[in-house]
Amino acid sequence: MARCQYRGNTKEWRRNDRLAKRNGPLPMRRISANASRRCSSSQPTKQGNSAKRSQFIPAADSKHDWIGPPHSLSNLRPIIYHIPENETELEKQLRTLRQETEDWNHAFWTNQNITFNKEKDAFILSQLKEKGLTERDEKGRKRALNSEEMAVFYKHFLDENCIRHANYNKDWYRRNFTITLLMGRVAFHNIWRTLAERRGWKKGSPTT
Amino acid sequence: MYKSTCSVLTGLVGVSVNQKLLGRNAIRNHQSARSLIQMPRRDPSQWMTFQHLNFLKRQYVMRSNNALYQRAKPKQTAILTVLEDNRDDSQIQQVPTIDHVPMVTDVTPPPPQPETTTTNVTATPVSSPVSTVAAQEILAVLKPTSSKTVSPPQTKAVSSAAGSGTEMLEVPHVQVESDEAREARLERQWKELKVDLAELPDVYAKLAKIKLTALVVWTAAAGFAMAPVPFDPATFFLASLGTGLASCTANSINQYFEVPFDSNMNRTKNRPLVRGQISPLHAVGFALACGVPGITMLTLAVNPLTGALGALNIFLYTCCYTPLKRLSIINTWVGAVVGAIPPIMGWTAATGALDPGALLLGGFLYCWQFPHFNALSWNLREDYSRGGYRMMSVTHPGMCKRVALRHSLGLIGLSVLGPVLDVTTWTFPLVSLPINLYISYLAFRFYQKGDRSSARKLFFCSLWHLPMLLLLALTCKKSRTDKEGVAKTLSLAPAPLPLAMQN
Repeated sequence: MARCQYRGNTKEWRRNDRLAKRNGPLPMRRISANASRRCSSSQPTKQGNSAKRSQFIPAADSKHDWIGPPHSLSNLRPIIYHIPENETELEKQLRTLRQETEDWNHAFWTNQNITFNKEKDAFILSQLKEKGLTERDEKGRKRALNSEEMAVFYKHFLDENCIRHANYNKDWYRRNFTITLLMGRVAFHNIWRTLAERRGWKKGSPTT
Repeated sequence: MYKSTCSVLTGLVGVSVNQKLLGRNAIRNHQSARSLIQMPRRDPSQWMTFQHLNFLKRQYVMRSNNALYQRAKPKQTAILTVLEDNRDDSQIQQVPTIDHVPMVTDVTPPPPQPETTTTNVTATPVSSPVSTVAAQEILAVLKPTSSKTVSPPQTKAVSSAAGSGTEMLEVPHVQVESDEAREARLERQWKELKVDLAELPDVYAKLAKIKLTALVVWTAAAGFAMAPVPFDPATFFLASLGTGLASCTANSINQYFEVPFDSNMNRTKNRPLVRGQISPLHAVGFALACGVPGITMLTLAVNPLTGALGALNIFLYTCCYTPLKRLSIINTWVGAVVGAIPPIMGWTAATGALDPGALLLGGFLYCWQFPHFNALSWNLREDYSRGGYRMMSVTHPGMCKRVALRHSLGLIGLSVLGPVLDVTTWTFPLVSLPINLYISYLAFRFYQKGDRSSARKLFFCSLWHLPMLLLLALTCKKSRTDKEGVAKTLSLAPAPLPLAMQN
């Protein structure tokens, strides 16, 4: 019986939570009762700080990775990686690289989205102040600027973050290539291994 | 019309309406009554959800715990739910605000056992809540209390429409989903990462952007057909197929590169790689499986020039346009060249040479690309900015509008070049003038007003303008007669051919 372990990297999530807390208040989520009941992973589920990420635990007999819904802040989908029993060095390397890239991506986009929205709100507020308007109108709805006025902010945001984006691109392309190459190697090794095993069976005793 | 649809398909309501009908005039309604009686006896699990328009708003009849609810859903504006939970599209069920519901006839939900009531169709009148409801508009408004008693896990919250700069309505919350319900819902959305063979064709179609590929193949086919040579169906087919495969490759690699960016933009967040339906390696494998045979086919079965152009196009799109999207606005010009190459490929597939006619057709595509793309990108400025894409519409809005207008007018000029280069007859500039003027007019309005609606109008016009233009060019193609006087191709006004035109 294959024993499968799942681990999510909660460290990164906690770091992101601290980052998020610095930037603004965010809703905290409790770990669902379901998850804690089914909790059979080696990684202890931590309440409180890491609660932002859904503590989903896949079924123990599943042999595949699992992908979740988009995260509320980064819009990226988290993946829980399946660790097979006889994991090779190459597979471990691939898995750790993918996990690390996922965390790195999540951190970048969370920061990006939070910063964007904060700056956008600040911009709108400042523009409204200049016009002498309150943030909300008589009906209690938030006032909005038209697209021409917003375009100024969009351009500014892009220009401000030009270098950061360029660096992210370079890193992302590099990681993507490496991961895909590793995936290719792992797939090739698996096929090779399967073929070798089959050849071994054929050569082996036919009476078994 | 509306009434009859309502009465046939909404089981419970149909029952109550039927009662009235039967009561009044049994003979006339005998036929319909029979069918109505038979309808409700069907297993409720076979009832389908459906929607029917009600002039101003949409109503959805939804099945929830064997009860039917009909609720009005206000038309949704573009929602940017960055700080809110981004839901999987398939799970969206919106609770309407109380303000939007015009007619509140009945507050309580229908009785939970519709089977028992429907079997009593001919005998007794239906129980009171349903019978009091008017046949035309039945709206069950979900109040927080009543909905919680029915099905807590299925109630949803309205994600506040913190939309784009222009439309920032805050839809007032009717009720907020509890934490447990939200957790449970999110847990249900976890999926195993394994390839589902049944879904694979659909996944491949999305990966290859099949509709865009179809348009590209159409432009290549038009290029082939416009070439002044005898039409060879075999070469035509091979050239189209090869171009299609090359386009599939380019699109797949593009999506492979852009996974995190696509995740963050509303337009692209349901792509296969974003959703994890296939792995990146699988996508690259698919791209290679399309690209290698495609380019080989073009090089060997058609001619090397076409093959080279195909390979160049893939390279330009994947290695130049895609990275440049995030570095500089020059990506739009590169993208226009990418769009211009397929008709050139079609022409070279037919003739084997890079004639001026080929470049003219390429020129049409090049010029068309600007009003098309600039108008599209105008309404996506917030997404582009947040995603870090450097587009003219965001960084240089004035230039964006100018360029769109300039190139729309350029289309008129290029149409005149058609007869000059002996590609088409002189009727072509005349018949294409109306559509070219129209798109230029829309581009001018876009230049003047620069708002969402003018951008949208220009974009949608560009979608039909291009196929129409190519079709007109085909019908105005200059007929070809060689020395033996063989096959004349279709043309509206055959003009006397100069001797130089003969092959």
